[in-house]
Amino acid sequence: MSATIADRPLTAAAPGPKRRRKPLRSRAYKVFRAVALILIVLVFIAPLLWMLLASFKTNVDIYDASKAVFFTPTWDNYDNVLGRNNYLIFVFNSFWVAFCSTALSLVLGVPAAYAMSRFTMHRSALVVLMARIIPGVSLLVPWYYVFSNMHLVGGYSVLILSHMFVALPLIVYIMMSFFDSMPLELEESAQVDGLTPIGAFNRITLPLSVGGIATAGILSFIFSWNNFMFALVLSGAHTKTLPVAIFNFVSYASIDWGGLMAAAVVVTIPIMVIALFTQKYIVTGLTAGATKG
Amino acid sequence: MAVLTPTRKSAWQAYSDWANAHRKWLFAAPAMIFVGVLIAFPLAWTLYLSLTDAHGSVRAASHFVGFRNYLQALGDMDRFWPATARTFAFTLSALAVEMVLGMCIALLLWRPFRGEKWVRVAILLPLVATPVAVGMMWRLIFDPNIGFANQLLNFFHLPSQPWLSSTETALPTLVFVDIWQWTPMVVLILLAGLTSLSEEPDEAARIDGANAWQRFIYVTLPLLMPTVIVAVLLRSIDALKTFDILYATKGKGGGSFNEVETLNVYAYGLSFDYNKYGLASAVLILFFLIIVACMFLLTRRRKGSNS
Repeated sequence: MSATIADRPLTAAAPGPKRRRKPLRSRAYKVFRAVALILIVLVFIAPLLWMLLASFKTNVDIYDASKAVFFTPTWDNYDNVLGRNNYLIFVFNSFWVAFCSTALSLVLGVPAAYAMSRFTMHRSALVVLMARIIPGVSLLVPWYYVFSNMHLVGGYSVLILSHMFVALPLIVYIMMSFFDSMPLELEESAQVDGLTPIGAFNRITLPLSVGGIATAGILSFIFSWNNFMFALVLSGAHTKTLPVAIFNFVSYASIDWGGLMAAAVVVTIPIMVIALFTQKYIVTGLTAGATKG
Repeated sequence: MAVLTPTRKSAWQAYSDWANAHRKWLFAAPAMIFVGVLIAFPLAWTLYLSLTDAHGSVRAASHFVGFRNYLQALGDMDRFWPATARTFAFTLSALAVEMVLGMCIALLLWRPFRGEKWVRVAILLPLVATPVAVGMMWRLIFDPNIGFANQLLNFFHLPSQPWLSSTETALPTLVFVDIWQWTPMVVLILLAGLTSLSEEPDEAARIDGANAWQRFIYVTLPLLMPTVIVAVLLRSIDALKTFDILYATKGKGGGSFNEVETLNVYAYGLSFDYNKYGLASAVLILFFLIIVACMFLLTRRRKGSNS
């Protein structure tokens, strides 16, 4: 019982997949479906491959349509981006801000989601979820004012705080639907056996929530890594995150397409590698609460 | 526990009892206080700023001007109303295509097939890609001279398009980018809804002789409606607030003719490019009200469809 819950993120109480395993009626539909699926995959993947190819081209080759696919690859763009433009610092900034904001949001968000789920605090939950609706710009002006008076603008702490604004509602949202689907019986029997409610949370609920916490953590990390607007205003020259660094890449002089694409690949590759290995978690997280109606 | 002395145990016990009795708020309060301080307070400040003529430096003195900023915004036919129209045009067109396309793809992926895993990975990648990088990527692809998009058109002997560089085609092009990036989100949500549906109603309709289209319209779709509305809700919140791809591809003010300037981009520009904090705050409050009104309409319909 416990093994199945820990293994399968967010589907604690859900029954197994109810897929229809009946043969499809017509051969024509099968062919149509295969063609449609190949087309879909192409449309979603081709632009990313194009970006990847361009990042290995010299700018001369990028301008040459005949060298769209066949060209002599070069590492020059990556050398440029990672070496001369100090992108490794921005990589670290992005990682550090995403990591800290995710960790802190988990510490705040998991117990809160638990309380909101178990005590059905819908109004309190609404307060946290409001953060998803509010346009970020409306918070940025006051934040900028307060934090610049505290001489914090340009430091990591402001970036982490502002990214927690993205991470915390997401984590509360995902964890609430996780706790909603988790059977009460386990905690109750632990309490019958002499654990206090908080003891039961620490020793029974939390260990069983590893899947859910991983889901929430991975998604929150991704969203923080991808966030652009907060860092655009609140970061300094040395705390720039990758999206801001890429954006600034363009504003100087004419566009160095090869370098720009290499920079874009540097931002997206870590996230895509994470996505490839944690696909199941990301899907459950993104669709959390969607099927409750 | 057994080694604790009686007095320490009772103090610990008292604390533990208190904590357990109040665990509801003990657990929820830190997150709520954090959110409250970081959101409620700035929101109140924005509300205050919207009633003043704050501009220039954040530290400069400002004067109370009543509703002048709101009147200025609402009477502004050059920037505010076009931006509002663009926000809705962008959101509605992206949302409509994403929902229809998302439903089609979800239905295609519904039944298991070989290579299912690869298709799922493929549709997940756009979703997790950094929006700014996605913007830059499409900038290259849609470049009128060297872009892949025009190479493709020319290959089929179709005329080249200006894409992002023309005032007429820039916004539709960005709608396309939004569709490319976020249709997978709709697919995943609808697919989760489809797999959680029970088989019996569909089976019953099949036995009664309903064809695939009828079963979809009269059985699957009504059962799936709550999930569809969740997808619409989540996508419309994000689409209304789209910023990254617009700012990354067209820069300040949504391009030199403000051709892709939505309310969010407009408010950002007023705040941080022109430092007109008072007017920006008024625009933001209006924008916020618009979003809340949209959510209210959607959730009200949701309750209605449940009953």
